Amino acid sequence: MRYVQEFRDPKAAQGVLRAIEAVCTEIGCTADDPLRIMEICGGHTHAIFRYGLDKLVPAGIEFIHGPGCPVCVLPMARVDDCVEIAEQPGVIFCTFGDAMRVPGTRKSLLQAKADGADIRMVYSPLDALELARRNPDREVVFFGLGFETTTPSTALTLQQAKREEIGNFSVFCNHITVPPPIRALLEDPHMILDGFVGPGHVSMVTGIHCYDFVADEFGKPIVVAGFEPLDLLQSVLMVLRQIAEGRAEVENQYARVVPEHGNPVSLAAIADVYEPRPSFEWRGLGEIDASGLRIREGYRAWDTEAKFGIGYGARPKVAEPEGCACGAVMTGRMKPVACPQFGRGCTPDTPLGALMVSSEGACAAYWTYGGARAVAAAE
Amino acid sequence: MNALTPKPSRHPSRLRGDRVTLAHGGGGKAMRDLIDEVFTSVFEPAGTEDQARLMHSALQAPGAQLAFTTDSFVVTPVEFPGGDIGKLAVCGTVNDLAVGGAQPLWLSAAFIIEEGCEITLLRRVVASMAREAANAGVRIVTGDTKVVEKGSCDTLFITTSGVGVIPAGRDMAAANIRPGDAVLVNGVLGDHGATILAARGDLALSSPIESDCQSLNALIEAVLAAAPDARACRDATRGGLASALNEMAAEAGVTVTLEDADLPIRDEVRGMCELLGLDPLYLANEGTLVMFVPEKQAEAALAAMRARPEGQGAAIIGYAAAAGPIPVVCRTAFGGTRIVDMLVGEQLPRIC
Repeated sequence: MRYVQEFRDPKAAQGVLRAIEAVCTEIGCTADDPLRIMEICGGHTHAIFRYGLDKLVPAGIEFIHGPGCPVCVLPMARVDDCVEIAEQPGVIFCTFGDAMRVPGTRKSLLQAKADGADIRMVYSPLDALELARRNPDREVVFFGLGFETTTPSTALTLQQAKREEIGNFSVFCNHITVPPPIRALLEDPHMILDGFVGPGHVSMVTGIHCYDFVADEFGKPIVVAGFEPLDLLQSVLMVLRQIAEGRAEVENQYARVVPEHGNPVSLAAIADVYEPRPSFEWRGLGEIDASGLRIREGYRAWDTEAKFGIGYGARPKVAEPEGCACGAVMTGRMKPVACPQFGRGCTPDTPLGALMVSSEGACAAYWTYGGARAVAAAE
Repeated sequence: MNALTPKPSRHPSRLRGDRVTLAHGGGGKAMRDLIDEVFTSVFEPAGTEDQARLMHSALQAPGAQLAFTTDSFVVTPVEFPGGDIGKLAVCGTVNDLAVGGAQPLWLSAAFIIEEGCEITLLRRVVASMAREAANAGVRIVTGDTKVVEKGSCDTLFITTSGVGVIPAGRDMAAANIRPGDAVLVNGVLGDHGATILAARGDLALSSPIESDCQSLNALIEAVLAAAPDARACRDATRGGLASALNEMAAEAGVTVTLEDADLPIRDEVRGMCELLGLDPLYLANEGTLVMFVPEKQAEAALAAMRARPEGQGAAIIGYAAAAGPIPVVCRTAFGGTRIVDMLVGEQLPRIC
C-alpha cells in the first residue's frame, strides 16, 4: 500500500490545512471574496466530496467543478448513434460500464440492452477485440470514449486489429482531449477562475507542457495533482502559493506518476491512429475547436463511422432538457444545488442532465455526498 | 432421515450422457433418474411424497413464532473461490432466517436448469448444498426441478425457501434500535462482491480474495447469549453494508454515524475498488451481518463474535444517534463527513 496510505495520513493533512489557512490569510481571500479554483478532472471532484475536502478547506477557497468527466460531456446525439449501432442485427456493442446509463433521446444503452440489443460491458478495448476474434460471424463495435487516459489503449487495440487483420472489429471514436476545453473556459468572459488543479491521469500520457498556455497566455497557475486527499490538499496549497507570490506556472505535484514529457509510447500510438476533428460537441459546453479525435484514413477499415456510414454532426443536435443548467454548473456560474432540476426532475435514478449521469459528474457527487439531502433538510 | 452428504452409489448410474437435456425435465423416466441420483439421494433419500411433513417440539412452545422466508439465487460464474451457487442458496436462506432471530430448521430447494448443464457440475453444487446444510444444522426436505431450453437461463438458478422457529421472548427488529446503540459487523466487507467481479474473468485480475459465503445462525446464537438485548440484525447482501444500514436507520428513525477508519475492509478489496471506481460499502457480502447492540453490551457482543470462526474480523464500526436529516453518514479520518446513501441502480465500473 505504499503510495496510498501516506497520502491519506490525517496528521499530514492537518499540517497542509494549516498551511493553506496561513496562505489564505496572507492573500486575504474570504467567504465573500473567495479564490475560485477549478479541478478539471471528475476523479478529483469525486475525491473532494468523498473525503469532505470542500468542508475542510477555509471558506476563502471555492472549488469549481470542471468538465473532466468524459461520460458527462458526451453529446446526446452520439448516444443516439450508439443505440442505433447496437440495435443493428449481428452487432455486439462493447462499452465501459459508466456509459451504460447516459440518456439518449430515445433510450440509454442500458435500456437498449434490456430491449434485446447485444451490449457487453468491458473493462478494456482488448476485451472487445477478443470478442471479435471469438465471434468471427458477428460485427464487434467498441465504444471508444474518454480523455487521453483511455485514448492510448484504444489506439493500441486498433493497431493490434490492423496487424492481425481482424475485419469484424471497429471503434466508434468519441475520444476527446483536455486542453481545448480549458482554453474555451479561459476565453469565456463570464468565467472567473484564479487557478487550476490539473488532471493527473491524463497528464501521465500527455506530460505537463500541454498546459503551458494556461500560465503563459492567461496568467493562471495550474498544478497537476494526484487523486489521494493529501495530493489534492498539497496541490491546492501549491496553487495558493503561486497566487500569493504573484507567479503563474505549471507545476507537477503528481511527479511520482506523471513524467514531465508524458509517455512516449502512448503519444506515438495516439499520433499514429488519430487526428483532431475540426470541432466536437461537448454536452453543456457546445462545440469546441479541435477538442475531439477521429480515426485516421489508414485505419478506415476499423472506423465504425466509415463502416456504418455515420458522419459526425449528421444527426441534428439535441437541445438540453428544459431547465437543465449543466453548462452553468460546469463553468462555475451555478452550484449544482442551485439548478432548478437538481434533486427534483434530475436524480441519479432519472438523470436529466449530463452531470448527474456518471458517478464522477459534479451533480452526482453533490447528490451522493450530501447536496440533495442538505437541500431537502434546509427546505 | 436425511442424508446430508452424498454417498457413492453401489449401482451404476442410470443417467445417460453427461449433460442435462430437455428430457430430464419432461416428467418421465429420465427426470425420475435425475431427481433420484442427483437430488433426493443426497437430500432426502426415502419416500416419493411431494411435500415434507414436519414435527418440531420448539414449534409447540408457548410464544414461539414460525419464521418463513424465500430467496432466488442467480450468480455468474456458478462456482467461485470460496463457494458456489448451492452453498450460496443454503447460506442465504439460513441467514435470512437467522438475522430475524429465528433458528433455521428446514429448507426447500427448487432448481431451474439450463439444457446442456453438465451433470457433474450439478452433482458438485448439490453436494455443496448438502455440506452447508449439515454445517448450519438444517435439512433440505423438499424441492423441485425444471429444465429450460438453452439460452432461457444462465446454467442454473436455485430458489430456496426456509422455515425456522423464533424462541419465545426474542424480538429482533429494526424498530427496536435506539440512539446510543453500537453498530457491529462480524467481518470484512465486500469480499463476496470483489470475488465475483474477479472470477468473471473479464477483468484480467488475479485476486487472492475468496467469497465470505457462510451460514451465520450459530454466530448469532452465540452473540445473543452474550448480549441478550441485541436489538436488530441484517445480513449485508446485495447493496452491501450501505443499503442494509440505510434500510435499518430509516425504519428505526435514527441516524447512524460510521467511522471510516474502523470499517474492516481488506487492502485487496480497497485496491480493486479504487481501480474500478467502486465503493466497498456497496459491494455484496454473503457471510457478513450488521447488528445493533445496546452500548453496554457492545463489548460482550464483539467478544462473542470474535470467538467464532465466522466473526474473526468483527468490529464496532459506529453508533446510532437521534434522527437527523441523513440516515447514514461516515466520518473520514480527516474529520470530514460524507453521506452514505442507498445505492442507485447497479454500481458500474468507471472509465478511468
